[in-house]
Amino acid sequence: MPEQVTGQMAAFPQPNVDTDVIMPKRFLKTITRRGLADGTFADLRFDEQGNALPDFVLSKADFRNASVLVVGSNFGCGSSREHAVWGLRQLGIQAIIGTDFGGIFYDNARKNGLVLPIVSKAIQSELLALASKPDVNALVDIANKTIAVDGSSFEFEMDPATRQALLDERDETLDTLALSAQIRAYEQDHFKNLKVKVAR
Amino acid sequence: MTAKTLYDKLVDSHTVTELPDGDLLVYVDFHIMNEYTSPQAFSGLAEKGLDVWRPEAHLAVVDHVNGTSRQGGPDPESRLLISNLEKNCHTHEIAFYGLGDPRQGIEHVVVPEQGLVAPGMLIACGDSHTTTYGAFGALGFGIGTSEVEHVLASQTLRYKRLKPMRISVNGQVAPGATAKDIIMHVIRVVGAGGANGYAVEFAGDAIVALDMSGRMTVCNMAVELGARAALIAADEVTTAACSGHAGSVFAGSDIEVWGSDAGADFDRDISIDAAEIVPLVSWGTSPDQSLPVDGYVPVLEDMQTPAAEQSLLRALDYMGLQPGQKLEGIPIDSAFIGSCTNSRIEDLRSAAQVLRGRRVADGVKAIIVPGSALTRVLAEAEGLDVIFKSAGFEWRPESGCSMCLAMNDDVALDGERVASSTNRNFEGRQGRGARTHLMSPAMVAASAVAGHIVDVREYHTAKGDNHA
Ligand code: SF4
Repeated sequence: MPEQVTGQMAAFPQPNVDTDVIMPKRFLKTITRRGLADGTFADLRFDEQGNALPDFVLSKADFRNASVLVVGSNFGCGSSREHAVWGLRQLGIQAIIGTDFGGIFYDNARKNGLVLPIVSKAIQSELLALASKPDVNALVDIANKTIAVDGSSFEFEMDPATRQALLDERDETLDTLALSAQIRAYEQDHFKNLKVKVAR
Repeated sequence: MTAKTLYDKLVDSHTVTELPDGDLLVYVDFHIMNEYTSPQAFSGLAEKGLDVWRPEAHLAVVDHVNGTSRQGGPDPESRLLISNLEKNCHTHEIAFYGLGDPRQGIEHVVVPEQGLVAPGMLIACGDSHTTTYGAFGALGFGIGTSEVEHVLASQTLRYKRLKPMRISVNGQVAPGATAKDIIMHVIRVVGAGGANGYAVEFAGDAIVALDMSGRMTVCNMAVELGARAALIAADEVTTAACSGHAGSVFAGSDIEVWGSDAGADFDRDISIDAAEIVPLVSWGTSPDQSLPVDGYVPVLEDMQTPAAEQSLLRALDYMGLQPGQKLEGIPIDSAFIGSCTNSRIEDLRSAAQVLRGRRVADGVKAIIVPGSALTRVLAEAEGLDVIFKSAGFEWRPESGCSMCLAMNDDVALDGERVASSTNRNFEGRQGRGARTHLMSPAMVAASAVAGHIVDVREYHTAKGDNHA
């Protein structure tokens, strides 16, 4: 991943936006990761006949191409469905700026190159105001943990492992398997206390 | 030696190594999968040419997409999810409890029933309500599909240590209040997302007094606080619940280890007076939007910020309610008892107690879906099914998540108002436009009888006892 992402901002201040809202369940019946862009925020973007609902921010002509969302607290709460993150990425969302996120959503984002800068409440309010105006771009600098908008710079938080994972784009499964010997050694010792064997 | 929290003991005892980037590599004792968050994990393995590290440490169940009035999936996509999981499990020699298996059911009901959880374990599952296992003094947490792949391949996860929080519920709850009301009250006080970044340990006499089923209800719904882990110290109740399972993983010896040491430090320590806890009902679209059943929907003047006003208005608009409206008396269209929060035998018994000798009000569609096939068999042996059926509840022959998330046959209609024993009242959770009121199973039963939201305490009289 490049050290920075840049794109137009949009504001979506509603608190507690859950993963059922981000990716309604009817889009979950799939065995691939593909084809989820249309499902993303589907019940906010479209009515039951599939007509665009004009009130939702990403339906508005001014914000249709936004790729950096500024959101309310506790975004991504609820279910573990990674489909929510896959869909956001497929819709073109690169970064979501908020004060706090659902824990599983946060970890899922890291696995898929979705950048989630965590900011203070004060910065969130400033960014929400800026993002409410059309054609305002943000530059999210992952390496330096700053967001540049309109000549101002805002700091954000990101734990070191998440930041590193975003920058390196490693395959974490393969990376971990490089430590197989250590895992085997741990098991040897651990199995003295507990070894689970599920009946088939 | 410094005093440790239960959470830190669980994390430390499962740490394989600390990674250079600061994450911990933790060992997963046991991993559970369902049909909809695992397919892409298996394809990930296939693409990378990887094997499953330890097949006997995994269990797969079918619960989300299957119908419960008949076997099978309601549509071709669902059937594909089910057959795909079966095939993947077959290929990798993983235990698969599919439809028709006597052990099938909702994942978090099946696992304790099979004796697969014990104090001191680390359990992961591609489902947020994996916090349930904290009831046993085990560390359970939900993971995404990429992490499912990671644990299949390596039996480990990359893990960030959470901050420990303790929530003590002291004293005795009011009569008629249940474990469901305890956790709904806690969520109301701490807020949805109030525990983001924390592992919550529940303590206090009101928690200790709960049976294992009640403890599971509390830990299950703790994820609605944002808690990635919820814990209760192991004690005699835990020992009793773990013993006596054929094939149990419970070793039984070191139960007292799996609690926090005296003097352990918590980043946040919250104290709640249990006496304030009465039967609750949710009125909004976030699990923290609930009130005592004899209360009134909030008014705009109660809100502290314009954003809070906005979200109140939005929730009320979705729910079809007015500010200041009395909760009791709101008419319901349907009643649902089920889900991993409240579909165990204890939940069914408490609903049956209310329903014995009573009838569901005309026009209310009422459904009970037992949490597992074993729960259903047990309930039928106790004659509970007869009570439900004579009351006018539909008693489902198959088990699953059903109307908890409406990813199967059971979908509430646009505008349909549901009294529900489930865990999430999100917009669209039970169907597009469906209006969910969360409450305990006994409250659902009472509301079904009344035809509107009602205080279960009015139904805890001896009324029906001689009709059974
Ligand atoms: S019952 Fe509901 S909350 Fe529990 S696993 Fe099923 S869908 Fe998820």
